[in-house]
Amino acid sequence: MLTEIPIEHFSIIALFIFFTGMYGFFTRKNMIAMLMSIELILNAVNLQFVAFNKFLYPNLMEGMFFSLFIIAVAAAEAAVAIAIIINIYRRLKTIDVEKVDSMKY
Amino acid sequence: METIIFYTLAAAIVVFSVLAVTTRLILRAAIYLLFVLLATAGIYMMLNYQFLAAVQLTVYAGGIVILIVFSILLTSHINDRLALESKGRRISAAIIGLIGFVISAYTVANANLTSNGLAEAPHNTKAVGMALMNYGENGYILPFEVISILLLAAMVGAIVIAKKR
Repeated sequence: MLTEIPIEHFSIIALFIFFTGMYGFFTRKNMIAMLMSIELILNAVNLQFVAFNKFLYPNLMEGMFFSLFIIAVAAAEAAVAIAIIINIYRRLKTIDVEKVDSMKY
Repeated sequence: METIIFYTLAAAIVVFSVLAVTTRLILRAAIYLLFVLLATAGIYMMLNYQFLAAVQLTVYAGGIVILIVFSILLTSHINDRLALESKGRRISAAIIGLIGFVISAYTVANANLTSNGLAEAPHNTKAVGMALMNYGENGYILPFEVISILLLAAMVGAIVIAKKR
């Protein structure tokens, strides 16, 4: 049942995923790679919610339902984002964020 | 035994999340992301959230990663290496991430997180289903309906945006 592992370890793993995702979001230029960083960040948040639910408020289910709904929102977001990326690729033949600036000026 | 499995999963998460944001082959980055998501599903399973682990496996590992792999195959050549950000930017991003991680980890370590000590609610699949369809107290029918509308809108939007004109 994992009761012997302190909650801080779960939190630190989740924080580590979160900040690696943030690093990836800052350093990647390919749109799909940036989307993958966002998925890492959302996954970290899910893990944190579930750990808090399990260890701090075991009589409730809020954290688990938050995670379920975050997963659903992440799926919707990924579908729309990939549609946009494919459309951009069809028009501009690149998905590099630095080159996709035709609406900028 | 469970402790060993937990720390193995934790080590896998740490290693593969770092690899997912640093590798220069994008298909490999997607596979490392898949490993992170699978290890997270394993942790959910160890915490006894079986339904959440199944959803994580089917939606995240099965759905989103496949979607990402297909879009990679559509938009880039397999052997292309990702463009690197300049070294100064990479170092400053790493420093910002490290500072954020240290501050947050310090806060968590000193937060004195203790359980409220109440008995554990049942969270098997039956309890989850009952709560999702319940409109009384502790019911989630409203967010459930909202999320179904959102998924429908996302599906229509994705088709409209990606179709050839």
